[in-house]
Amino acid sequence: MRNLFARYWFAYAMVLPVVVVLALLVALPLLQGLFFGFTDINDTNIANPVLDREASYEFTGLANYLNVLSGDPAYGSFWATLGRTVIWTGACVFFHYAIGLALAVLLNRQLRFRGLYRVLLILPWAVPVFISAFAWRYLFNAEYGLINWALESVGLPAQVWLGQSDLALVSVIVVNVWLGVPFMMVALLGGLQSIPADLHEAAEIDGASPWQRFVHVTLPGLRSVSSSVVLLGVIWTFNMFPVIYLITGNNPHTRILVTYAFERFFSGATRDYAIASTYGVLVLSVLLVFATVYRRAMRRHGEVL
Amino acid sequence: MSIDAASLRATTAAVRPPARRKRSTAASIGLHATLVVASLIAVFPVFWVLVVSFKPDAKAIERTPTLFADSTVDNYWNVLSGAKGAFLSWFGNSVLIAALTTVLGVLLAATTAYAASRFRFPGRRWLLLSFLVVQMFPFAVLIVPLYNILLALGLQGSAPGLVLVYCSTAIPFCTYMLKGYFDGIPGEIDEAGRVDGLSPFGVFWRLVLPLARPGLAVTAFYSFIVAWSEVAFASAFLSADDRSKTLAVGLQVFVQQNRAEWGHLAAASVLVAVPAVLVFYLVQRFLVGGLTAGSVKS
Repeated sequence: MRNLFARYWFAYAMVLPVVVVLALLVALPLLQGLFFGFTDINDTNIANPVLDREASYEFTGLANYLNVLSGDPAYGSFWATLGRTVIWTGACVFFHYAIGLALAVLLNRQLRFRGLYRVLLILPWAVPVFISAFAWRYLFNAEYGLINWALESVGLPAQVWLGQSDLALVSVIVVNVWLGVPFMMVALLGGLQSIPADLHEAAEIDGASPWQRFVHVTLPGLRSVSSSVVLLGVIWTFNMFPVIYLITGNNPHTRILVTYAFERFFSGATRDYAIASTYGVLVLSVLLVFATVYRRAMRRHGEVL
Repeated sequence: MSIDAASLRATTAAVRPPARRKRSTAASIGLHATLVVASLIAVFPVFWVLVVSFKPDAKAIERTPTLFADSTVDNYWNVLSGAKGAFLSWFGNSVLIAALTTVLGVLLAATTAYAASRFRFPGRRWLLLSFLVVQMFPFAVLIVPLYNILLALGLQGSAPGLVLVYCSTAIPFCTYMLKGYFDGIPGEIDEAGRVDGLSPFGVFWRLVLPLARPGLAVTAFYSFIVAWSEVAFASAFLSADDRSKTLAVGLQVFVQQNRAEWGHLAAASVLVAVPAVLVFYLVQRFLVGGLTAGSVKS
């Protein structure tokens, strides 16, 4: 043990601050959150140092999990919400990847104004999310939004985009796609640039069509970058809170797992921390299962993350 | 040293795109048309906020949009003078929190990434894996326990508490990117530095960090944006006093249910977006090379 430390003291010294911060601010809260899921903790029985009140919540075993997993609407219709979260995540990541890849391929060649296009296309990434959310809420407004005005000018009926219908989900997906494409585009552009040009030239000399070159040279060359960014994209989108919260608020038609957990935290008189924590643990479990399966599938083709 | 910085940068930074081939006029038009349309979609919402920011609130909600309608800079003046909420306080808080997060996050991520890139110490794999898992944590499980912990540390409702929280979300991703970047810097450089009498830390600080500047720029940008735009923690932890809010929380006063002051909101938004776009513009030429190094080799 002493030997180990003597050999790697430098590495451990460099890693130590991060390990301390993560243990304190991630691992510890997570364990506590895990514990809260088995209690009936809420704002009325949590320890409150300001009011000098002792904690009085009780251990309730699996009650929260049974309530949530039963799919009861009083507990957020878990299965329907999970389904919506999967649709939201799938749609967003699919369009992020498809559009990001298309733009990256277009930009990865010599053309005039390449730098300008790149700066303009990355712009949505640079603007803070809450600003973009406000901007889109304004554009989607049913009365004076520009999108309805554009629809009406070409003779199409105006829509209530952010109302109580599934159109609201479509709207937030559009916004999130707009927000997420730049990151994918930049990551994939980097990946494209790391594919040696001679591979493409060799394929071309062998008589491969552009489409064949794309499928047999470009896509395999991008596999490592793609598998990483898709995994990250799924995790981020699954947990994407500000877009939905800032654009549609507590709209059941755009409710995903994390926004519902947040609702339980902050709306209602009681602030149901127990159910919110239960949801948090379930979100983490779903993502862990997904990441494990995904990594196993990808490992057959090479390392991922 | 056999490898100098310039040649190293040439290999790690952007590789030249495939040589220009003969392209038909139609293909050229199609290519540019697609990129122009995509750029317009990317820029338009931001442009429209700029347009609205000069309109009075009443003109901002007219059914037929106009580019100019009674345009003035009154909105900016009202926002900056504090007539519409403590904008300058929010701005100051956000700058402080974002700057601290960036400095601390990049520094910690860099040391961790360097250790993970250069040393095969026991626990390394476990550490890297835990960073991936941290990405999956829904903040929802963490808000109340985090609040308790910050309370115990005496950091609740304060900027340093929020900075630590943001670091814990920014560091894992930044570490991954920087590790990929450091992996691309040959170990011979470290050895040469040691032979020349530098300490391990001296090698890191004086040789490796300067070479990794593009990677550092990207991680700095990422940390800054994380802290500059975060909403949930900021609204949960800093809600008590109006002057302690960050911009992300404060700006919501403009769009409360019964009144939507779009003109003022837009002006405030422009003022908020400017520093972010500025930081972005400074690092954007590093973005492509920086991100790739992280994602290709991690």
